[in-house]
Amino acid sequence: MNSKATLEPVVKPMDHLDKLEALSVHILREAYREFNNLCMLWSIGKDSTVLLWLARKAFFGHVPIPLVHIDTHFKIPAMIQYRDDLARKWKLNMVYGENAKALAEKQTYPDGNISRLQCCKNLKSEALKHTLSGEWTRYRMNHNTGQYEPDTNQEPYTGVIVGARSDEEGSRSKERYFSPRDKQNDWDVGDQPPELWNQYKTDFAPGTHVRVHPLLDWTELNIWEYIHRENIPITDLYFDQGEGKRYRSLGCFPCTSAVESTAKNTSEIIEELKSGKFSNIAERSGREQDKEDGGTLETLRREGYM
Amino acid sequence: MSSVETLEKTASPTDTSIGHDQMNIVIVGHVDHGKSTVIGRLMADTDSLPKGKLEQVKAYCAANSRPFEYAYLLDALKDEQSQGITIDSARCFFKTKKRHYIIIDAPGHIEFLKNMISGAARAEAALLVIDAKEGVQENSKRHGHMVSMLGIKQVVVLVNKLDLVDYQEDVFKKIQEEYSAFLKELNVTPITYIPISALQGDNIAKASTKMPWYNGPSILEQMDLFAKQVKDVGLPFRMPVQDIYKFTEENDDRRIVSGTIDSGTISVGQSVVFYPSLKSSTIKSIEAFSAPEHKTVGAGMAIGFTLTSQIYIRPGELMVRGDESDNAPHVSTRFKVNIFWMGKAPMIKNKQYKLKIAAKHSTVRLVEIVNVLDASDLSSMQNKQHIDRHDVAEIILETSKPIAFDLSSDLENTGRFVIVDNYEIAGGGIILDQLEGEESILKEQVQKREFTWAHSSLTSESRASKFGHKPQFILFTGDKYYDTMELAMALEKQLFQDNCNVYYLGAKNLRDDAGQDMSDNREEQVRRMGELARILTDSGQIFISTIPELDRFDIQTLQLLSKPYDILVVNVGENYFQEYKPDMLLKFNKSTKELVADVISELKTRKIIG
Repeated sequence: MNSKATLEPVVKPMDHLDKLEALSVHILREAYREFNNLCMLWSIGKDSTVLLWLARKAFFGHVPIPLVHIDTHFKIPAMIQYRDDLARKWKLNMVYGENAKALAEKQTYPDGNISRLQCCKNLKSEALKHTLSGEWTRYRMNHNTGQYEPDTNQEPYTGVIVGARSDEEGSRSKERYFSPRDKQNDWDVGDQPPELWNQYKTDFAPGTHVRVHPLLDWTELNIWEYIHRENIPITDLYFDQGEGKRYRSLGCFPCTSAVESTAKNTSEIIEELKSGKFSNIAERSGREQDKEDGGTLETLRREGYM
Repeated sequence: MSSVETLEKTASPTDTSIGHDQMNIVIVGHVDHGKSTVIGRLMADTDSLPKGKLEQVKAYCAANSRPFEYAYLLDALKDEQSQGITIDSARCFFKTKKRHYIIIDAPGHIEFLKNMISGAARAEAALLVIDAKEGVQENSKRHGHMVSMLGIKQVVVLVNKLDLVDYQEDVFKKIQEEYSAFLKELNVTPITYIPISALQGDNIAKASTKMPWYNGPSILEQMDLFAKQVKDVGLPFRMPVQDIYKFTEENDDRRIVSGTIDSGTISVGQSVVFYPSLKSSTIKSIEAFSAPEHKTVGAGMAIGFTLTSQIYIRPGELMVRGDESDNAPHVSTRFKVNIFWMGKAPMIKNKQYKLKIAAKHSTVRLVEIVNVLDASDLSSMQNKQHIDRHDVAEIILETSKPIAFDLSSDLENTGRFVIVDNYEIAGGGIILDQLEGEESILKEQVQKREFTWAHSSLTSESRASKFGHKPQFILFTGDKYYDTMELAMALEKQLFQDNCNVYYLGAKNLRDDAGQDMSDNREEQVRRMGELARILTDSGQIFISTIPELDRFDIQTLQLLSKPYDILVVNVGENYFQEYKPDMLLKFNKSTKELVADVISELKTRKIIG
């Protein structure tokens, strides 16, 4: 190859957020190109909201992938309000699913009938599994009315984009960007497909479900830096509302507790994280179900938890 | 069980007060050569361990009358502990004053080679650990090979357990000589060799006093000396086209060619050529959502472009700058590669595999094994007829259609590929050389087919005189698939009414199954169409079909397969061919009836019908 004789225009070097963004965008485009029945999970939390923003980056302002939310009906009410506001504003293809039976029969922890872990299994893992498969009713937002209606599409989603990060906890650090689950949703931790350079496993036998993890390399700090830089609208439950408390990780209100913090905006959260204040406290320490699981999500994840 | 999380929490890059510079380093080595001890030591000496962990493990060792080893520490931090081996590329975080490090601990066992490779493919530097007492082992050589193929430029060799050989310089020198000679054949030149004792902490975080003969850096000092990989903005421009988007919501009429730039830079107003189709246009705008307007973009960016003219290109093409034609990519169906095989089943000749290179997917076959290297001593096995798991081989591959690529010695990103077998990434490799595509599997197959064709006693002429017309394959192509199909069917009807022996076949009917992705199956679809055309024209019929978005290579394939009969290629609507001239160009400015009449008149001119 000849070396370049002419002087090239200067391109601004990419910083660490640019690089993380580029890789995530690349993975999202790869997923969109390779899988037909694709959806993206949106938990309303900071990570999956960043993922949603990255989808808008990948597809130039559009989000051509349905967003699926599993509504446990014990979510902090502000989360649902925020979800629907943003869905209307960005014209998202918004779908939610639920475990109607468990809710009707009060097979939940807040109803006092089962353990936290079993409750997670009922309202999240099971609801997710059957919502993805199309067996249970999905509700889709009708943008003409702004209301949800039972979705006529009952095709199973076989590709699911998830906002898991590897720094979050141990079991997630063994994930791949494209990770297969078999029909039983089983995850063979010991036999993961190889990923070479930017070539990912995108060929799957019929019946395989694929989890796509575009945020695997992001840390909690990266997420906040990016939210700050991009000015991504995020639910204000993450910020201190003057009571000296904020949520660091969002979930159902009976099982999620706030952390002591006076961070009122993204820059203050970034400062707080950089200060090392939480360096010995796991991000999900406010999530009670993890503790019942011996401090790891591996059991839940094998059963399909995201 | 929970200790890994604690470890990653404690030492994760979240709690930072230093810069953002972060580097992935892979550490590889033969089992028992002390990899875990090195990592354990590095973490302990940089205060990256969870509080109390070191004391806990020391107490455990004392209570069980075992000498404390740093490897236990690492084992204690891993939930793979029960198996005693690292089954995946576990990641350990620690930091120095200069930057954050992610140490990718690649498993030493050969069974987990694919995990090692996944880990190492993300690394910017590699630490290879060799036991001073055991010396260079088969796996040390294999690892050297992998590091070479993966393109890791910064390699440091750690000669461990120097304490077991009394810190003798000549032991170290001997290993250095032996391994250097081996690596030289692979074009790997380590930055340095460091004599260490991970157990005793010699030359790990700080210089050892026990080896006055060594003046080089400790591991930690060397790590801070590693250079950050710079994206290849100074190289020729390459962007594999990942997709072409046209999202029409909110009246968006942009047609955006998107992908991640592998190398080089490009600006608005510059001309571009797409390989292998050779279609060309000019950059009209650089597109990005919620970002400042770009006039120039470069390597590493995941971006999009609009073009000044509407040309038909497909995902997988390589976008290249028009003014860089001196550095154009290669286009061929045949090339020589180095490959390492991880598949459970061996790689065999003439089986159809899937090749993924840059954004292109293609079918590929192994046509020739030049040699299979025994990775342990680099001796070659000449007569091997297949490639086994963990083999490294030099082979010749052939794709069914020409693809664009670079030699890996010129441009790394567009010169390497993976091979998919039975849904799994089974091999990875680098392209060494382009071979001329004169001989092709398809050509051989067609020659063989014609040679062994069982001819009927009826001649083509006798059929023609009976039917009152000659056989002909009429192939419609164009961007407006349904309009084109309607025209093709109207032609069939008219010819039928004119007493011709005519048959229309929709291209869709040739698909494998409805669930399959069209793009992957396209080559097979084209092949089947060509074979059918050969049979149906031989039966004396006028055979009509419609395949949208054909490129010149598809037409070459069809022409080859239809032999000895010719094809009449009719392009309808916008003509996106630049390097090929269809036999007829029709526009939708006339009624279907008039267009049918035009084709019939052409058939008369060609004396196909009377």
